[in-house]
Amino acid sequence: MKFFREESPSKKQAVERLRLILVHDRAKVSTGLLELLRGEIINAISKYVEIDENEIEIELNANDSKAELVANIPVVRVRRAIE
Amino acid sequence: MAGRVVVVTSGKGGVGKTTTVANIGTGLALRHKKVVMIDADIGLRNLDVVMGLENRIVYDLVDVAEKTCRSINKALIKDKRLSNLFLLPAAQTRNKDAITPDQMIEIVEGLKEEFDYILIDCPAGIERGFNNAVAAATEAIVVTTPEVSAVRDADRIIGLLQEKEIYEPLLVLNRLRPEMVRKGDMMDVDDINDILAIKLLGIVPDDEEIIISTNKGEPAVLNSHSKAGEAFRNIVKRLEGEEVPFMPINGETGLFGKFLKLMHGK
Repeated sequence: MKFFREESPSKKQAVERLRLILVHDRAKVSTGLLELLRGEIINAISKYVEIDENEIEIELNANDSKAELVANIPVVRVRRAIE
Repeated sequence: MAGRVVVVTSGKGGVGKTTTVANIGTGLALRHKKVVMIDADIGLRNLDVVMGLENRIVYDLVDVAEKTCRSINKALIKDKRLSNLFLLPAAQTRNKDAITPDQMIEIVEGLKEEFDYILIDCPAGIERGFNNAVAAATEAIVVTTPEVSAVRDADRIIGLLQEKEIYEPLLVLNRLRPEMVRKGDMMDVDDINDILAIKLLGIVPDDEEIIISTNKGEPAVLNSHSKAGEAFRNIVKRLEGEEVPFMPINGETGLFGKFLKLMHGK
């Protein structure tokens, strides 16, 4: 507990910046990572909906405050029941 | 039994690789291990200076690789203080292309039978020099400081070590400043462990004694009063498989803490 002074934020900034930097670095370095992820996402989603595999866009974006995985997956048809 | 071949690396320069090699090498030798330290930083040799052995160099790593000197033993410099500690210095007037990974492997193979430990001081960077230094190693120590740039480079190096099939590198967190950690102005060991997720070998506090010891050419591990020296002695024990608790990072605790310390006569 701190009564007399505000917690300095610089360490927190360091940790947050590092996490974002490494999201980028690691995704770029391991070239296969996004491809593997793409394959597994297709597998998982295909159980429930029919998708257009050629139109899938998967991106890892990071900006000043957060990192996010953005997937744009066009659905062709929703399956009636799990096959 | 063949010796352990450990490369000490960091990616970023200036985080304390050479100091780490000198202290771990000396610390292992103090425990009666037969140790050779190889300075793989061709063109920018420094390990000789940190060890205080700069005046004894006759042959160097490139001479051994090119077989200019008749046997590898001719190039090994015996430490001033410990008879079971040796240095194979880097060439100063050549560059990183002067040796190849295959030559490095051959040299290390020649030393393995005779030594318990072969420590390789890796140059900064991720190119030729790194590839040479890592080629013969089966274990790695990654040195970083609690700064964003150093940790980022350490992360990259951990990835590159994986490509070289060194999957479990050990981390040395160097130059930790307890007072800054306490104020929240420096990442602490938990933050860095969390990010890098490799096994921690040791935490070395920032210590003026390191500069003094480098001035003298005497590794701090020999100095019983140096905090960094104590940290390196613990690192050596852990490297040897002993369970040693990590030193408490006790920064000053403000006025009250100072008062308490006065009461205890410290």
